[in-house]
Order: sequence, then C-alpha cells, then structure tokens
Amino acid sequence: MKGEYAKIAGFAAIALALLVLAPAVLSDFRLSLLGRFVCYAIVAVGIGLAWGRGGMLTLGQGVFFGLGAYVMAMHLKLSDAGPTGVPDFMKLYGSGVVPGWWEPFRNPVVTVLAIVLVPSLVAFGLGMAVFRRRVRGAYFAILSQALAAAFAILLIGQQATIGGTNGLNGFRSFFGFNLFDPVNKRMLFYIAAGTLLAMLLVVWQLYRSRYGELLVAVRDQEERVRFLGYDPANVKIVAYVVAAAMAGVAGALFVPIVGIISPAAVGVVPSIAFLIGVAIGGRSTLFGPALGAIAVAWAQTSLSESFPSFWIYFQGALFVLVVAFLPRGLSTVGSILTRRRESA
Amino acid sequence: MEALIGQLFAGLSLGSVLLLAALGLSLTFGQMGVINMAHGEFMMAGAYTVFVVQGVVADAGLALVVSIPLGFLVGGLLGLLLEVLLIHRMYHRPLDTLLVTWGVALILQQVARDVFGAPNVDVKAPTWLSGGVDLGFTQVPAARLFILALSVAAVGALAVVLTRTSLGRRIRGVVQNRDLAETVGISTRDTDRLTFFIGSGLAGIAGVALTLLGSTGPTLGTNYIVDAFLVVVAGGIGQIKGTVIAAFGLGLMQATFEYSTTASLAKVAVFVVVVVFLQIRPQGIFSIRTRSLA
Repeated sequence: MKGEYAKIAGFAAIALALLVLAPAVLSDFRLSLLGRFVCYAIVAVGIGLAWGRGGMLTLGQGVFFGLGAYVMAMHLKLSDAGPTGVPDFMKLYGSGVVPGWWEPFRNPVVTVLAIVLVPSLVAFGLGMAVFRRRVRGAYFAILSQALAAAFAILLIGQQATIGGTNGLNGFRSFFGFNLFDPVNKRMLFYIAAGTLLAMLLVVWQLYRSRYGELLVAVRDQEERVRFLGYDPANVKIVAYVVAAAMAGVAGALFVPIVGIISPAAVGVVPSIAFLIGVAIGGRSTLFGPALGAIAVAWAQTSLSESFPSFWIYFQGALFVLVVAFLPRGLSTVGSILTRRRESA
Repeated sequence: MEALIGQLFAGLSLGSVLLLAALGLSLTFGQMGVINMAHGEFMMAGAYTVFVVQGVVADAGLALVVSIPLGFLVGGLLGLLLEVLLIHRMYHRPLDTLLVTWGVALILQQVARDVFGAPNVDVKAPTWLSGGVDLGFTQVPAARLFILALSVAAVGALAVVLTRTSLGRRIRGVVQNRDLAETVGISTRDTDRLTFFIGSGLAGIAGVALTLLGSTGPTLGTNYIVDAFLVVVAGGIGQIKGTVIAAFGLGLMQATFEYSTTASLAKVAVFVVVVVFLQIRPQGIFSIRTRSLA
C-alpha cells in the first residue's frame, strides 16, 4: 500500500509541475517547446506499456505517431483552405484537386475518431499477423522497424497528395482557434499536458489490473501463460494497440504545437530515438518513460543548440551505457540506494 | 524481352547487394541471436576503406583488389572489438543488444562525419569496371556483374568454411545446440568471437562493393540495414541457403514491383509480402528444427 501512496504523490507532483509550475515560470517559447516534449512523453508511455511491461520491442512507433499526425495535419490543411477549398501545396505540386480519401477529414468528428482508430487498426492488423503466428522477440522488432522504413518511404514518394519530403506545414487555425495567438498556444500546451496525465492514469489502472499481471507474465514466460489457458497473442495485441493509439494521439497534438509534420519525424531513426527516454526512465516503471522522454528531449534541445555533433555522441553513449549497464533505467537507481541503506 | 531481361538483371543485382549485406548478419544472428544494428556501419567502414586506400594507391583497380581483404579486416576487427567490449556481456538479453548496437551505430556514423566530413565522398571505379559487358543478347554494367560475382564468391567461401573446416563444424555445432557443443569441449566463447569477426568482415566486403554503385557517406549503412534484416527474417536463421534465396527473392520482387509501380510503393509491397510469407512460414524459408520452446 505504501507504494500506492508514493505513486499518488508522484502523479500529483507531475500534475502540479505541468499544469501550474511550468506555465507560471516558462516563457511562451519554452512552454511550447515543453509541449512538444510532452507529445514525446505520451509516445513513451505507450512504449513503456508495450516494451517495458509487454516485452515487445517496438521500433516502429513513429508510424503510429505519423498516422495520427498526418490525419490531424490533413484536417488542419482542409479547414484552412475553407469548406470546398484546396490546400496550397496541392495547387503547387499536384493536380489542384483534393483526392477522394482526403475528403472525410474535412469533418472534425471523423478526424478525431481517425486519430485514434487509424493507428489502432494498423497496429491491430500487424499484431494479428505477427503475434498470432508466434513471431516474436527480434523478429517482431525487425518487422516493426521495416514498417517504419516502408511508411517513411511511402510518404516521401507522395509529393502531390501528402507533401512528400516537405510534409504538411503552415497551419493557421486549430478547430477554429487562431494558431498565431499566444493564448491559444498556451491552451494547446494544457491540452497536451492533460492528455499525458490522462494516459498515465490509463496505464496506471492497466498495471493494477489482472490484465497488467497477465501482460508481465507473458513478457517473462510466454509459454507458461499459454499452458495456463490464456492466449498470449491477445494479451500482446491489446498492449500493442493501446500503445499505437497513444502514439497516434501524441502525433495529432504534435502537429498544431510544432506546426509541421514530415517523413523525417516518423522514419526509422526517430522511431528508435523514442526508446532512449523510455530506457533511461526505467522501461517498466509507471512514470519513468514519460519523465525520461521529457528529460532526453530537453537535453537534446539544449545540447544540440550549442554542440550539434556532441549530441549524437551523447545519444549513442546513452544507448550503450543505459541499456547495457542500467537495464532498469535511472529511476531504479534510487530504489537500489534505499535498499542499500536499509540493509546497512 | 529486352526490358524483361534488363529487369531480371536489376533484380539479381539488387539481390546480390542484399545478399552481401545480409550474409554476415545471418551468421551472427543465427549463431548468437544477436541483432547487430552496427552491421550497416561496418559496411560504411568497408566503403571508407576503399576511399582511404585510393588516397595511397593511385591505380583504382589495384586499390579495389587491395581493399577487399582490407575491408574484411577493418569490418572484422570492429566487430571483434564490439563483441569483446559489449555484446558478450549481453547474450541473455538479445533485444537489448539491438539498442546497444544502435547506440554504437550512431557513434560510428558521427565519427565518420567528423573524420571524412558530412558530404559524401566519391570513390573512383577502375576503368575495367566502368563500362558495360556485352552478354550477347543484352548489355549489363560491369560493376554490377562484378558485385554479383563477388557475392557468389563470398557465399562459396563461407559455405566451404562452414562445411569443410573444423571451425565451421564448431560454428554449426554451437548454432544447433550451444550447451551440448560446450559439453563436448568446444570453446563457445572463442567460436562466438570468430563468428562475429567473420560476420562483421563480410559487412566490410559488402561496403567495398557498394562504393562501385554510388558515393560513400556516413549514412551508407542505414540505407541497407533494414532490407538486410528483412532478408534474414524471411530466409530463416542458421543456414546460408535461406539467406541466399531470400536475398535474390526480395531483390527480384523489388525490381518487379518497381517496374510495374514506383520505387516507394515497391518497398511497401515487399514488406507486405514478407509479413504474409511469415504467416505461412513464421520461421522463415529454412530453419533448424529444435525441440526448444523459446
């Protein structure tokens, strides 16, 4: 029970820091930057669920992030263009006619549903294909990575309909709110922070539930779970789909906050980069993945501003040192220390 | 007919490049279950080896011939270093080696950027490889024919090593049953090191070959690593013939799809085919049957 109180205190601290402290002390620019990191943190919460608790090393979260982001970006482009208008880049590179598969995203309700459903369905399809056939471990990791590579290449090839390498950018409004207004930018930060807190509550409840126990059991001894009469594939698919939906929501929030989505943000390299924050924070802890993701993104922004090449060395070294020598992340260093003190 | 043969050759050529890239991977992945994401960067090191050798040896043809064993050595030594320093600590955590070697890959890429500069460098192709070769019915680029021959030679050499030498018997023994191999007196530690050396050396040779197809840059390896892993997954682990069939199969498929659609759609189509194929054979084309559940 003591652990539960610690978690409640931790959650309250994170909520206070995000909703009260950060808006009070940070400038508008820094706050919007933090909003971007919060989007990464939402992806990280999902990765913590799939990888930390479920043992599925997903190297393709960028795909789901990108699907959510592109759905949102398409809606913003269409609403900027007006009820029957054509997005500006299509007039430049394309035929000047909106393709039929864009049309549904004019509707805001369809857009919001699609942000969750499209990534979930893709994850469900791949999960069914992979986990039901007991393809797992490294094979799954490689397939998820190949999915990310294929997705980025597909986007780059579609200059006329989805913006190609440039991606989609230059959004002016967000569901009727002017995106250049600082008040609305602050509102976006609150939405992102609130979403992150909601996602943390979701995984918290999942981890406390019977399902959470089952997921850990599948990670540690898949065959024994099968012998107990459960189907490990179903357990894994649920976690993978939830993680994908979280990445999709994060991508959708990323678009209005950052103002651009391009293939460079969804391919193989960014997909793996999502993992380092999770590894540092402690992949199977509740708050570790989100906090690690924010810390890494913060370090990247401040370090790469001044020493761009140093950041790459630093990131590589983090992967090597944390994963090889601290597999449970920095967040467990504290508990190791307290255990030492107790035993001493 | 002309177009068909041209496309067939393009597929074979792509397949041979994939094969060179994936051969070493399937060896290390097959034996140790280690996913070495730095394999692509060992390829890059092999490619830069040619660039460095050309700075010393003026004759491009001689430089290429010298670079093949040298690239093998450079890639192999990098792999050996990686195995001794990091990977051997983590054999019980195969998924984590993937992330650790990814970190190594990032560092190696940045080293290349700092040493050779971020822009790509060009390696001169020898004159005897710059033209085309007339096969009677069609004309094919000599460089691509050379790579095809090189990949066949690499497979042949590896097959001889694996089936005819005592080292090969030890490697196959460890692949099939590590504990039993150890029980009969094989040093699995030494075998692992040697396998990693050979596998990484093959990446170096692949890098040497890639300099003939385009310019050499720090991200050369990343462009091939995903496809190479797909070949290993489709081919199944532990046997060379699976890798050979998968590499040429994927190469031909990619070329065929490219012919009928676009290059980007072809990539997606190949991925879908591999996932569908794994529905039928989750273990890849060939696999070693064991009774283990893991």
